[in-house]
Amino acid sequence: MTILSNLISGVSLGSIYAIIALGYTMVYGIAKMLNFAHGDVIMVGGYLCFCSTAYLGWHPLPSVLLAMVGCTVLGIVVERLAYKPLRSAPSLAVLITAIGVSYFLQNAALLLWGSDPKVFPTFFNFSGKSSWSLFGGQLNVSYVAAITVAACLVIMLALTAFTGHTKMGKAMRAVSEDKGAAQLMGIDVNFTISMTFAIGSGLAAVAGVLLCSSYPTLMPTTGSMPGIKAFTAAVFGGIGSIPGALLGGVLLGVIEIFARAYVSTQLSDAIVFAVLIVVLLVKPSGLLGKLVREKV
Amino acid sequence: MATKLKRMAPSTRSSFLTYGMVIAAYVVMQAMLSGGLLTSSLKGMLVPICAYVVMAVSLNLTVGIMGELSLGHAGFMSVGAFTAVIAAAALQNTVSNGPLRLVMSMAVGGVFAGLVSLIVVVPVLRLRGDYLAIVTLAFGEIIKNIINCVYVGMDGTGLHFSMKDAASLGMAADGKVLLQGPMGAVGIQKLSTLTAGFLLIMLTLAVVLNFIHSRAGRAVMALRDNRIAAESVGISPTRYKMMAFVTSAVLAGLAGGLYAMNFSSILAKKFDFNTSILILVFVVLGGMGNIRCSIIAAAALTVLPELLRQFADYRMLVYAIVLILVMIFTNNPAYKAFFARFRFRRKTAGKETA
Repeated sequence: MTILSNLISGVSLGSIYAIIALGYTMVYGIAKMLNFAHGDVIMVGGYLCFCSTAYLGWHPLPSVLLAMVGCTVLGIVVERLAYKPLRSAPSLAVLITAIGVSYFLQNAALLLWGSDPKVFPTFFNFSGKSSWSLFGGQLNVSYVAAITVAACLVIMLALTAFTGHTKMGKAMRAVSEDKGAAQLMGIDVNFTISMTFAIGSGLAAVAGVLLCSSYPTLMPTTGSMPGIKAFTAAVFGGIGSIPGALLGGVLLGVIEIFARAYVSTQLSDAIVFAVLIVVLLVKPSGLLGKLVREKV
Repeated sequence: MATKLKRMAPSTRSSFLTYGMVIAAYVVMQAMLSGGLLTSSLKGMLVPICAYVVMAVSLNLTVGIMGELSLGHAGFMSVGAFTAVIAAAALQNTVSNGPLRLVMSMAVGGVFAGLVSLIVVVPVLRLRGDYLAIVTLAFGEIIKNIINCVYVGMDGTGLHFSMKDAASLGMAADGKVLLQGPMGAVGIQKLSTLTAGFLLIMLTLAVVLNFIHSRAGRAVMALRDNRIAAESVGISPTRYKMMAFVTSAVLAGLAGGLYAMNFSSILAKKFDFNTSILILVFVVLGGMGNIRCSIIAAAALTVLPELLRQFADYRMLVYAIVLILVMIFTNNPAYKAFFARFRFRRKTAGKETA
């Protein structure tokens, strides 16, 4: 039973990573940039949700929506101001700019909300209980875990449908394949990239709320470590691939929780990263990544 | 003198300019130090600046010259720092001369960082691009996590190691704990000086600049520019990439030793992902492959938060904005064209801009 309960918390943590990894993967696929500020958008989402419930006394649902809208706007603004002028710049320059944005968001949060950790309210508390008791109390499944996994699956399916069947989604795939050709076919590349940032940031807000519901301390640096892990997950599954992000995220979460439970708490991160290195040595473009043949 | 300078190869002239700049900076700093012109916070930053300059130059070898993005350079610094601290403590009784002990323990740090890099180099040779970046990031985090779990103590019989806690070291009564897992290394003797830092920078420059202008350096750059073409003329990627990567790691280890022995205690957390990124920022801001400018960027960006102290709480915010603006102004095609006009005018005036 402990194995099962560890598995559940692993999958739930992994689902959060997967949602964050989606943002990385989509932006990478289209703009070919590593958006290091993505982890900090999660943190901003968490704070927005926290403020609207704790200070304004809103119901959880509108406050989650507020966080999503806020992060979406933030994503678009950041893209316009910081990344758009660098569209044709070398990728490392964009990477450093993204790091600058990450510093900016962290320090802005530090000024606005202070460095002391905030305790995130419990949203998923129905009729006084926060978990299901199964098998006569032997197994407790928290509502947060169940909702996280469900949210992850819904987002994944919606996104697959979106990129596969809508006009915008097709435009996104076209831009990710060949920016120049897409522009010649009448696709507004800048708008498409902005939309990708918007979707990625909106998802980051959801991930932020879910993350803070499972691990309820909120600090300006809350987003950075999950951000790095999710980036790892995106690469693990093959960056640029949506199912890869899900697979990578869930595997990473499960490995982390199992390593924490059965090997060592302090070394759990080291084990996660060691597994990643081994996987990349065997499959150099991630689990589901496309292997691009090199032509001379 | 002037004719001699003119007859030199441009690369040699550029190297001499770099050495000259470092020597001049050292002389000025020493003069200001003896004149008492530096505030105490700036004085405390001199050795870290030297360490960061060495880190930036060595990372430039990987990122600029070899063309591979490394996000775990602080990991090598960390290995160098902690092994150097332990070596310095172990040598305390046998080598009484402070500067000599510093050199010896820094060398130990460099050797260990080099050994670790021999493991890291395996994926470096197999992977490319962002996948390589994530692996170096992973190695940096692994190194940090492992050092966070290691306990090292020393008593009359020698060094003791443990992965559990300080009590399980099994030391004699006179034992002293050197490395306390998450508490970091404590009771470090401050051996580092500005002169030591200056000498390390000069050594690093000598190694890196000579490497770049050597046969091996040209081979590495050829591999960076076109791997297939380089391989087809018989350049072995394994050999030359390994050479560049291990050199870069050893230098980072030396810098780590210098850095650690400037403080009385140091945490493994100091050398995390953010430090790796900070060093990468120096390299990219200074210009990839441009050694002189990465020195300037490292020194300037280390001092910048100090200079921004008047902004108090806003100083890191301002730092972030400066970083973003500098990147946009130096990389946006429109602004670049604007600045290029000035550069053109200078060149026609008969001046060398390289």
